[in-house]
Amino acid sequence: MLNNVGRPTRPDAANHDDLLMEETFTGNKALNLETPLIFEQGVKGRIGVDMAEPRAIKNRLGGLEKSEDIGLPDLSEPQVLRHYVRLSRQNYSIDAGFYPLGSCTMKHNPRINEKSARMKGLGDIHPLQPVSTVQGALELIDDLAHWLKTITGMPAVAMSPAAGAHGELCGVMAIKAAHDAKGENRSIILVPESAHGTNPATAALCGYKVQSVPARKDGRMDIEAFEAALSPEVAGVMLTNPNTCGLFENEIKKIAELIHRVGGYFYCDGANLNAILGRTRPGDLGVDAMHINLHKTFSTPHGGGGPGSGPVVLSEALAPFAPVPYVVKSDEGYSLQENVTGSAGKSFGRMKTFHGQMGMFIRAMAYMLSHGSDGLRQIAEDAVLNANYVRVGLNDLLHSPFDGICMHEALFDDSTLKNTGVTTLDIAKAMIDEGYHPMTMYFPLVVHGAMLIEPTESETKETLDLFIGSMRHLIEKAQKGNDPDFFTQAPKYSPRRRLDETAAARKPVLRWSKENAA
Amino acid sequence: MRYMPHTAEERAEMLKKIGVSSVDELFVDIPEEARLNDLLDLPTHAPEMVVEKKMQAYGLKNLSPAEVPSFLGAGAYRHHVPTVVDHLVQRSEFLTAYTPYQPEISQGTLQALFEFQTQVAMITGMDVANASMYDGATACAEAVLMSCRATRRKKAILSGNLHPHYREVTETTVQYTEFKVNSKSPVVEGPEDFSEELDQEIACVVVQNPDFFGRLQDLAELAEKCHEVGALLVVVVTEVVSLGAIKSPGEMGADIVVGEGQSIGVPLSYGGPYVGLFATKQKYVRQMPGRLCGETVDQEGKRGYVLTLSTREQHIRREKATSNICTNAGLCSLAFSIHMSLLGETGFKKLAMLNHGEAVAASEKIDAIEGVRVVNETFFNEFTVELPVKAEQAVERLAERNILGGIPVSRLLPEHAEFDNLLLVTVTETNTEEEVDQLVDALKEIANA
Repeated sequence: MLNNVGRPTRPDAANHDDLLMEETFTGNKALNLETPLIFEQGVKGRIGVDMAEPRAIKNRLGGLEKSEDIGLPDLSEPQVLRHYVRLSRQNYSIDAGFYPLGSCTMKHNPRINEKSARMKGLGDIHPLQPVSTVQGALELIDDLAHWLKTITGMPAVAMSPAAGAHGELCGVMAIKAAHDAKGENRSIILVPESAHGTNPATAALCGYKVQSVPARKDGRMDIEAFEAALSPEVAGVMLTNPNTCGLFENEIKKIAELIHRVGGYFYCDGANLNAILGRTRPGDLGVDAMHINLHKTFSTPHGGGGPGSGPVVLSEALAPFAPVPYVVKSDEGYSLQENVTGSAGKSFGRMKTFHGQMGMFIRAMAYMLSHGSDGLRQIAEDAVLNANYVRVGLNDLLHSPFDGICMHEALFDDSTLKNTGVTTLDIAKAMIDEGYHPMTMYFPLVVHGAMLIEPTESETKETLDLFIGSMRHLIEKAQKGNDPDFFTQAPKYSPRRRLDETAAARKPVLRWSKENAA
Repeated sequence: MRYMPHTAEERAEMLKKIGVSSVDELFVDIPEEARLNDLLDLPTHAPEMVVEKKMQAYGLKNLSPAEVPSFLGAGAYRHHVPTVVDHLVQRSEFLTAYTPYQPEISQGTLQALFEFQTQVAMITGMDVANASMYDGATACAEAVLMSCRATRRKKAILSGNLHPHYREVTETTVQYTEFKVNSKSPVVEGPEDFSEELDQEIACVVVQNPDFFGRLQDLAELAEKCHEVGALLVVVVTEVVSLGAIKSPGEMGADIVVGEGQSIGVPLSYGGPYVGLFATKQKYVRQMPGRLCGETVDQEGKRGYVLTLSTREQHIRREKATSNICTNAGLCSLAFSIHMSLLGETGFKKLAMLNHGEAVAASEKIDAIEGVRVVNETFFNEFTVELPVKAEQAVERLAERNILGGIPVSRLLPEHAEFDNLLLVTVTETNTEEEVDQLVDALKEIANA
């Protein structure tokens, strides 16, 4: 039975004798502090925000006055502060340690970005103020757009998508709108097997059938299979480059040429843009649309799952179909085109309220100004350098499914763990005990037991050396096979041990309620 | 450069270990003709001090609503955010964590999400809520898609008094699917009638409360009519503080409630990032879009939280997923949750009645201006004012006097010339009586010029 009234439940001593740590009366262990749910705290009548008394007026609520209890707990400010401080300490973070989560680009989050997002005139302006009162905001959006277009070598950018998947939707909708404008009704989008799950999900949302293209032995998309799949029914291809195996699609120009030859468009998933900043431009590779994850490449923090921002750069062919709103610059200053009627092109619509993720634009702008053209190129070089350093530090012990140089992330499979009884998951959980956030596991799907390691440019050589040493220690320990519990019981030192995800899904408890608290 | 640690010697040493002689050899897979040899045509790196000045310069060219009388709403509202909120969301452990895919070392984010889901479910009067969407409008679009899945029907009706951006985002999102939306015309005065459109083919009716013009309505009857023909009622809330003063959509019979959570804890930030709320009834859980956090136990029997029911999501189901959403509004949902925890039941209701009281008082002053009329009979903290002149011109003239006096309806509904004189005015707890008087005085001059 769960203890829902404050103190955490005692471990089940009968089954896990050997694993028990010393018990305390409170359930806390020195700096390891528990906190019950917010709903299990508080006393009715407390308040954490002082405010004026409401006026005595004749209300205008039309008979809809609230009479029921909502059920929210009442707490004081220090109580709330303590609750969230305690919660925060149960999180791993890039500020606290190495976070080599492949495909996620967990790099340093500069604090000048945060400060900028809160500046007067930036963090506090309303999206529908008269345009004459927000010229600085529009200038910032226009400047950021210029940087994004220059970095990618593309002529246009749609700024409003809220995240990567939302950017994909923007790009594929532009493709759909472009075909529609030509009176073509194509039905298929090609997506490589190794793609992020968002790619096929996005294509489906635009009414396309998804056709999968297999990978070649060297980890790139199979060009012959791709060519064979091409037909007048194909609207486009969605390809990540560098791809999810951490490899540059070296035949990308051929891919672009082939898709264009059948009248299709080339969507590039820009999740891995970090690897090529200042070294090559998608515009020179034949790309028609690509989203840019500002929260990855330009470090507008991940925030425990968002918010993100996913501007989409577009080719000449797709630019007329970009969603509203967009900034228009003229001699009189900046203005906004906010409505489809009256837009110059053939805009496919609107993706979001207002003008996009301004708070993220501000952070990304500060990040770009800090780095400049030289710093951006250095990002790609150091990110790729670090990934290859990890690769050669481990590839005599772990098997790389694809030979040779990688880009910003190093990929291994689990073949050297065969017959050890230890899985990729176990290694990941043992890494937690060593003080690391695990790498990405079991993705991409094309590699068995995949371990995808992305160190980013932020990390020192010392950090990488220690990480390589830790990984070697764990792999060697697994191969010796004399202590299987070490892995299956990991992590031992985290705020929680392995959690029962099957039970969570079988009988979902998605909220606290008075009834199930008893 | 301050963010990158390697020295030239270290880089050389690492290249040697890798077995290449230069960094260029790491980029050989890039087609030769597409390689960049020179730097991009952009400024080079800058010290923090320089960046800070440049960023401040952008801000100084804008008029901050915090510094002048400001009465702006239409889907984004200025409320006081307690200092504690911003302090907490800037803690490294929240700010710089990824999505909590490793629950053993992400219990902070996960428990906060579980609490957020509970708070959202409570205030909307629903059984369950997800871990957030991008914003209110995208949540609205997802609600329409979900209604079509859940009812196996293909048509949705959107109220004419839905925020125009919500309507446009929904129409845009749905346009290439097999589903169709029928958007009605706006109705400024009198009730909106759905009886003509509502039949057995309709998946859902989407209405906003308070609506785009600020009007409140009892939705119980509409809910009943929807349910009679097997359609769902989707209720949109763009000003979430209103839920502290009026009956919850759940109590009025809503099946799905979506909304914009910005009012609680999230800065205006020129329109984003905000936080989309999405709540529904227990029986539709497996049709929901987005991430869900659930309770479970760990190996030692301790209560803990995990992301769950992920078989609905894109990383597992790919093209058969309920939505393509991945990254959501994470940190904004945390800010919402912290602010809501500070308010509590007592504070949330008090804040709502404080807003309503200030708005009622201001509306009476505005309505008393000759030639000016408050259109609404009912409202929460935002109402529609009819001016004797075009609202867009009035707003420009108010801005010249450093008053952000409201939002012209024509900015959002430019195709409706009959609304050109309508101004949306919002009054919150942040507005002083002096500010209201300044607005009233300025409106008097403009109305009688």
